[in-house]
Amino acid sequence: MARFTGKKAKETPALNMGSMSDIIFMLLFFFMVITTMRESSLYVKIQVPQGTETSKLEKKSLVSYINIGVPMDQYQSKYGKEPRIQLNDMIADVSDISQWVELERADRSPADRQYITTAIKADMAVKMGLVSDIKQELRQAGAFRIFYNARKGERK
Amino acid sequence: MGKRKTPGLNTSSMADISFLLLTFFLLTSSINTDQGIARRLPPPLPPNQDKPPEVRERNIFIVKINSKDRLLFNGEIGDVRDLKDRAKEFLGNPQDKDNLPEKEDVYIEGFGGTYPVSKGIISLQNDRGTSYDMYIQVQNELTAAINEMRNDLSKDKFGKGYADINNQQRDAIDKAIPIAISEAEPKNVGGN
Repeated sequence: MARFTGKKAKETPALNMGSMSDIIFMLLFFFMVITTMRESSLYVKIQVPQGTETSKLEKKSLVSYINIGVPMDQYQSKYGKEPRIQLNDMIADVSDISQWVELERADRSPADRQYITTAIKADMAVKMGLVSDIKQELRQAGAFRIFYNARKGERK
Repeated sequence: MGKRKTPGLNTSSMADISFLLLTFFLLTSSINTDQGIARRLPPPLPPNQDKPPEVRERNIFIVKINSKDRLLFNGEIGDVRDLKDRAKEFLGNPQDKDNLPEKEDVYIEGFGGTYPVSKGIISLQNDRGTSYDMYIQVQNELTAAINEMRNDLSKDKFGKGYADINNQQRDAIDKAIPIAISEAEPKNVGGN
């Protein structure tokens, strides 16, 4: 046993931190790849309804968003208290939709145009009259693929 | 000139810098996997045709939602909790009843044979005053009915659930059980 007791206690060597940055960079790239930048700030309050049969929205780059809801408190003096439509970063009317669809289409390559999906992100309390008007506009404009945003939830 | 050893770069702050970048991306980005229900709108009616083609009465199941969010199934008052089973019974017609939809044998490649595809259509009609929440719940129940039927058929044909089969098999199932939901041209169904 003299072999063990005879030696002096060694100092713990300093940890090599050289690979730390590599690990962090890996994390960084992981997050950069899986996330999307927030594109525009919302002007309307939205609480989407709940559903049990929701599916994931595929191909984010081919999605255009229509937000529908009551304007947030700080914008109510400007836009009123009735539910409004927000296209990208501006409050718009139903009649603006066909033009907006054209603009969104022009942004994408011709091969992808038929796969453009319009995601309707509407507040629970919005009435179907407004949503129907929007759907009719989209139909006329030829944007047939739509997606109703909803939260995934348990059966009530 | 003697060769000098280049001193090693001090890289300990590298980790800090990358941490900073990492936190920046964490804060500015959102991992929101958008969830929801996908649908296809019908193309607009051609101008010389003002009525959609007639469908036989047994082939249609009318779901109406009024402005108070109450439901009518084929003219009877109903509850959203029963909708899934009603829709499954209607689209499946397991006992081949006379008052439920007809079926048409369609050749489906993935099955290597024909499959009786239901001619039934669920007609969804809502009032302008219906809340979006109720509308989504109804759409959700109808989707649930179709998903369950697809899952059952997939287990029957391929021995696996709908989520586990490949794209070709999925196409075959989608052809056998289509999303037969038709939305009427918007109108006021009634205020009460």
